[in-house]
Amino acid sequence: MSVKKHLKHVKGKKKGGITLYALSTCGWCKKTKGLLNDLQADYHYVDVDLLADDEQAEAVAEITKWNPECSFPTLVIDNSRCIVGFKEQEIRGLLKDAE
Amino acid sequence: MPNREISEAQVDAEYQRLKAEAESGGYHLNPDVAFTKDLIRGLLANEARYGHGACPCRLASGIKDDDLDIICPCDYRDPDLSEYGSCYCALYVSGAILRGEKAAQAIPERRPPESERRGMKAGRSPRHFTTRETSLAYPVWRCKVCGYLCAREEPPEQCPICKAKKERFERFM
Repeated sequence: MSVKKHLKHVKGKKKGGITLYALSTCGWCKKTKGLLNDLQADYHYVDVDLLADDEQAEAVAEITKWNPECSFPTLVIDNSRCIVGFKEQEIRGLLKDAE
Repeated sequence: MPNREISEAQVDAEYQRLKAEAESGGYHLNPDVAFTKDLIRGLLANEARYGHGACPCRLASGIKDDDLDIICPCDYRDPDLSEYGSCYCALYVSGAILRGEKAAQAIPERRPPESERRGMKAGRSPRHFTTRETSLAYPVWRCKVCGYLCAREEPPEQCPICKAKKERFERFM
Protein backbone atom coordinates (compact mmCIF):
# COMPACT_ATOMS: atom_id res chain seq x y z
CA MET A 1 0.00 0.00 0.00
CA SER A 2 1.51 3.31 -1.04
CA VAL A 3 0.11 5.27 1.92
CA LYS A 4 2.48 3.19 4.05
CA LYS A 5 5.51 4.90 2.60
CA HIS A 6 4.14 8.22 3.86
CA LEU A 7 3.75 7.00 7.43
CA LYS A 8 6.19 8.87 9.62
CA HIS A 9 7.73 6.97 12.48
CA VAL A 10 7.98 8.73 15.83
CA LYS A 11 10.31 6.68 17.97
CA GLY A 12 9.40 6.21 21.59
CA LYS A 13 9.84 3.90 24.54
CA LYS A 14 6.28 2.60 24.66
CA LYS A 15 5.10 0.45 21.80
CA GLY A 16 1.35 0.39 21.44
CA GLY A 17 1.13 -0.54 17.75
CA ILE A 18 -0.39 2.86 17.02
CA THR A 19 -1.07 4.38 13.61
CA LEU A 20 -2.44 7.90 13.74
CA TYR A 21 -4.40 9.31 10.80
CA ALA A 22 -4.37 13.08 11.18
CA LEU A 23 -4.81 16.41 9.39
CA SER A 24 -1.93 18.89 9.38
CA THR A 25 -4.38 21.75 10.03
CA CYS A 26 -6.37 20.21 12.90
CA GLY A 27 -6.03 21.36 16.51
CA TRP A 28 -7.26 18.08 18.02
CA CYS A 29 -4.84 16.10 15.84
CA LYS A 30 -2.02 18.32 17.09
CA LYS A 31 -3.09 17.70 20.69
CA THR A 32 -3.14 13.95 19.99
CA LYS A 33 0.40 14.03 18.58
CA GLY A 34 1.49 16.11 21.58
CA LEU A 35 -0.03 13.64 24.04
CA LEU A 36 1.57 10.65 22.31
CA ASN A 37 4.91 12.46 22.42
CA ASP A 38 4.47 13.33 26.10
CA LEU A 39 3.68 9.69 26.85
CA GLN A 40 6.82 8.64 24.95
CA ALA A 41 4.76 6.49 22.64
CA ASP A 42 6.28 4.79 19.62
CA TYR A 43 3.88 5.44 16.74
CA HIS A 44 3.40 6.11 13.06
CA TYR A 45 1.35 8.96 11.67
CA VAL A 46 0.30 10.48 8.38
CA ASP A 47 -1.26 13.87 7.65
CA VAL A 48 -3.95 12.79 5.22
CA ASP A 49 -4.66 16.31 3.89
CA LEU A 50 -1.10 16.52 2.55
CA LEU A 51 -1.30 13.32 0.47
CA ALA A 52 -1.77 13.38 -3.30
CA ASP A 53 -5.31 12.60 -4.49
CA ASP A 54 -4.90 8.87 -5.15
CA GLU A 55 -3.02 8.24 -1.93
CA GLN A 56 -5.53 10.32 -0.02
CA ALA A 57 -8.36 8.18 -1.43
CA GLU A 58 -6.45 5.09 -0.34
CA ALA A 59 -5.97 6.49 3.17
CA VAL A 60 -9.66 7.44 3.38
CA ALA A 61 -10.64 3.88 2.39
CA GLU A 62 -8.35 2.50 5.10
CA ILE A 63 -9.65 4.92 7.78
CA THR A 64 -13.26 4.25 6.81
CA LYS A 65 -12.74 0.55 7.60
CA TRP A 66 -12.13 1.52 11.23
CA ASN A 67 -14.14 4.72 11.47
CA PRO A 68 -17.00 4.96 8.95
CA GLU A 69 -17.28 8.74 9.51
CA CYS A 70 -13.65 9.13 8.44
CA SER A 71 -13.11 11.87 11.00
CA PHE A 72 -9.80 12.98 12.47
CA PRO A 73 -7.81 12.08 14.46
CA THR A 74 -8.33 8.33 14.03
CA LEU A 75 -5.92 6.09 15.93
CA VAL A 76 -5.72 2.49 14.79
CA ILE A 77 -4.30 0.19 17.44
CA ASP A 78 -2.59 -3.10 16.61
CA ASN A 79 -4.62 -3.27 13.42
CA SER A 80 -7.53 -4.44 15.56
CA ARG A 81 -9.42 -1.43 16.99
CA CYS A 82 -9.55 2.34 16.88
CA ILE A 83 -9.95 5.46 18.98
CA VAL A 84 -11.74 8.33 17.25
CA GLY A 85 -11.05 11.89 18.38
CA PHE A 86 -8.80 13.33 21.05
CA LYS A 87 -9.91 11.04 23.90
CA GLU A 88 -7.19 11.82 26.39
CA GLN A 89 -8.04 9.23 29.03
CA GLU A 90 -8.44 6.42 26.51
CA ILE A 91 -5.11 7.28 24.91
CA ARG A 92 -3.40 7.45 28.29
CA GLY A 93 -4.96 4.08 29.21
CA LEU A 94 -3.66 2.59 26.00
CA LEU A 95 -0.07 3.36 26.91
CA LYS A 96 -0.25 2.79 30.63
CA ASP A 97 0.86 -0.82 30.45
CA ALA A 98 2.86 -0.56 27.25
CA GLU A 99 6.60 -1.06 27.32
CA MET B 1 6.12 22.05 7.64
CA PRO B 2 3.18 22.48 5.29
CA ASN B 3 1.96 25.76 6.72
CA ARG B 4 5.24 27.61 6.72
CA GLU B 5 4.02 30.07 4.12
CA ILE B 6 1.41 31.42 6.58
CA SER B 7 3.21 34.09 8.64
CA GLU B 8 2.64 34.87 12.31
CA ALA B 9 1.56 38.38 11.27
CA GLN B 10 -1.14 36.94 8.98
CA VAL B 11 -2.39 34.67 11.75
CA ASP B 12 -2.46 37.53 14.26
CA ALA B 13 -4.33 39.83 11.87
CA GLU B 14 -6.91 37.13 11.06
CA TYR B 15 -7.28 36.33 14.76
CA GLN B 16 -8.07 39.97 15.57
CA ARG B 17 -10.48 40.24 12.64
CA LEU B 18 -12.34 37.02 13.49
CA LYS B 19 -12.48 37.86 17.18
CA ALA B 20 -14.04 41.29 16.54
CA GLU B 21 -16.46 39.78 14.02
CA ALA B 22 -17.47 36.98 16.40
CA GLU B 23 -18.04 39.27 19.37
CA SER B 24 -20.11 41.70 17.28
CA GLY B 25 -22.49 38.85 16.42
CA GLY B 26 -22.66 37.43 19.96
CA TYR B 27 -20.20 34.58 19.26
CA HIS B 28 -16.89 33.91 21.03
CA LEU B 29 -13.54 32.58 19.90
CA ASN B 30 -11.88 29.94 22.09
CA PRO B 31 -10.00 31.76 24.90
CA ASP B 32 -7.07 29.30 24.52
CA VAL B 33 -5.23 31.71 22.24
CA ALA B 34 -2.43 29.34 21.15
CA PHE B 35 -4.95 26.61 20.21
CA THR B 36 -7.15 29.17 18.43
CA LYS B 37 -4.26 30.62 16.46
CA ASP B 38 -3.26 27.12 15.34
CA LEU B 39 -6.79 26.62 14.01
CA ILE B 40 -6.68 29.98 12.26
CA ARG B 41 -3.34 29.01 10.69
CA GLY B 42 -5.06 25.85 9.44
CA LEU B 43 -7.98 27.86 8.09
CA LEU B 44 -5.63 30.18 6.23
CA ALA B 45 -3.73 27.16 4.88
CA ASN B 46 -7.00 25.69 3.59
CA GLU B 47 -7.96 29.03 2.08
CA ALA B 48 -4.62 29.11 0.24
CA ARG B 49 -4.83 25.46 -0.77
CA TYR B 50 -8.48 25.19 -1.84
CA GLY B 51 -9.55 28.80 -2.38
CA HIS B 52 -12.07 28.46 0.45
CA GLY B 53 -11.61 28.34 4.22
CA ALA B 54 -12.79 24.81 4.97
CA CYS B 55 -12.84 23.62 8.58
CA PRO B 56 -9.27 22.78 9.66
CA CYS B 57 -10.46 19.64 11.48
CA ARG B 58 -12.25 18.05 8.52
CA LEU B 59 -10.89 16.60 5.29
CA ALA B 60 -12.11 18.95 2.54
CA SER B 61 -12.67 17.77 -1.02
CA GLY B 62 -11.38 21.01 -2.49
CA ILE B 63 -14.59 21.28 -4.54
CA LYS B 64 -16.33 24.35 -3.20
CA ASP B 65 -19.87 23.14 -3.77
CA ASP B 66 -19.18 19.91 -1.86
CA ASP B 67 -17.37 21.78 0.94
CA LEU B 68 -19.93 24.61 1.38
CA ASP B 69 -21.34 23.17 4.60
CA ILE B 70 -17.87 23.02 6.21
CA ILE B 71 -16.63 26.45 5.16
CA CYS B 72 -15.97 28.20 8.46
CA PRO B 73 -18.27 29.08 10.18
CA CYS B 74 -19.76 25.71 9.25
CA ASP B 75 -23.45 24.76 9.08
CA TYR B 76 -22.94 22.69 12.25
CA ARG B 77 -21.40 25.37 14.48
CA ASP B 78 -24.57 26.69 16.07
CA PRO B 79 -26.21 23.33 16.92
CA ASP B 80 -22.84 22.17 18.31
CA LEU B 81 -22.50 25.37 20.38
CA SER B 82 -25.97 24.73 21.81
CA GLU B 83 -25.39 21.05 22.54
CA TYR B 84 -21.69 20.91 23.47
CA GLY B 85 -20.59 24.48 24.07
CA SER B 86 -18.14 24.50 21.19
CA CYS B 87 -18.03 23.87 17.48
CA TYR B 88 -16.34 20.74 16.08
CA CYS B 89 -12.84 22.21 15.86
CA ALA B 90 -13.47 24.39 18.97
CA LEU B 91 -12.63 27.68 17.26
CA TYR B 92 -15.98 28.98 18.53
CA VAL B 93 -17.12 28.40 22.10
CA SER B 94 -20.04 29.23 24.38
CA GLY B 95 -20.05 31.96 27.04
CA ALA B 96 -19.54 29.29 29.72
CA ILE B 97 -16.32 28.10 28.08
CA LEU B 98 -15.20 31.68 27.44
CA ARG B 99 -15.60 32.44 31.15
CA GLY B 100 -13.72 29.28 32.11
CA GLU B 101 -16.71 27.62 33.78
CA LYS B 102 -16.37 24.71 31.39
CA ALA B 103 -13.53 23.34 29.25
CA ALA B 104 -13.71 22.82 25.50
CA GLN B 105 -13.32 19.21 24.48
CA ALA B 106 -13.45 17.06 21.38
CA ILE B 107 -17.06 16.48 20.32
CA PRO B 108 -18.73 14.01 17.95
CA GLU B 109 -18.99 14.80 14.23
CA ARG B 110 -22.42 16.20 13.30
CA ARG B 111 -21.78 16.40 9.57
CA PRO B 112 -23.59 13.53 7.85
CA PRO B 113 -21.40 11.03 5.95
CA GLU B 114 -20.80 11.66 2.27
CA SER B 115 -23.43 9.18 1.05
CA GLU B 116 -26.15 10.96 3.05
CA ARG B 117 -24.98 14.43 2.01
CA ARG B 118 -25.36 13.52 -1.64
CA GLY B 119 -28.97 12.51 -1.06
CA MET B 120 -29.72 15.71 0.89
CA LYS B 121 -28.28 17.89 -1.85
CA ALA B 122 -30.46 16.24 -4.48
CA GLY B 123 -33.57 16.72 -2.35
CA ARG B 124 -32.93 20.41 -1.75
CA SER B 125 -32.94 21.74 -5.27
CA PRO B 126 -33.90 25.45 -5.43
CA ARG B 127 -36.17 24.56 -8.35
CA HIS B 128 -38.47 23.11 -5.77
CA PHE B 129 -39.61 26.65 -5.09
CA THR B 130 -39.70 28.23 -8.52
CA THR B 131 -42.98 26.69 -9.52
CA ARG B 132 -44.49 26.72 -6.06
CA GLU B 133 -47.55 28.87 -5.44
CA THR B 134 -47.04 31.26 -2.56
CA SER B 135 -49.08 34.08 -1.12
CA LEU B 136 -46.00 35.81 0.24
CA ALA B 137 -44.98 39.13 -1.31
CA TYR B 138 -41.31 38.07 -1.10
CA PRO B 139 -39.42 34.83 -0.81
CA VAL B 140 -37.91 34.17 2.61
CA TRP B 141 -34.21 33.24 2.77
CA ARG B 142 -32.53 31.44 5.67
CA CYS B 143 -28.85 31.60 6.57
CA LYS B 144 -27.82 27.96 7.01
CA VAL B 145 -25.08 28.98 9.42
CA CYS B 146 -26.99 31.00 12.01
CA GLY B 147 -30.67 30.79 11.03
CA TYR B 148 -31.11 34.49 10.19
CA LEU B 149 -34.23 35.01 8.06
CA CYS B 150 -34.98 37.79 5.60
CA ALA B 151 -37.79 38.42 3.14
CA ARG B 152 -36.42 39.93 -0.08
CA GLU B 153 -35.93 39.01 -3.73
CA GLU B 154 -32.44 37.63 -3.09
CA PRO B 155 -30.35 36.81 -0.03
CA PRO B 156 -27.90 39.52 1.09
CA GLU B 157 -24.28 39.34 -0.07
CA GLN B 158 -23.27 38.59 3.48
CA CYS B 159 -25.29 37.49 6.50
CA PRO B 160 -25.56 40.54 8.79
CA ILE B 161 -25.38 38.29 11.86
CA CYS B 162 -22.72 35.67 11.22
CA LYS B 163 -21.06 37.11 8.07
CA ALA B 164 -21.59 33.93 6.04
CA LYS B 165 -21.65 34.60 2.30
CA LYS B 166 -24.71 34.70 0.04
CA GLU B 167 -24.17 31.13 -1.20
CA ARG B 168 -24.85 29.82 2.32
CA PHE B 169 -28.51 30.94 2.20
CA GLU B 170 -31.35 28.60 1.35
CA ARG B 171 -34.91 29.37 0.30
CA PHE B 172 -37.01 28.93 3.45
CA MET B 173 -40.53 29.98 2.37
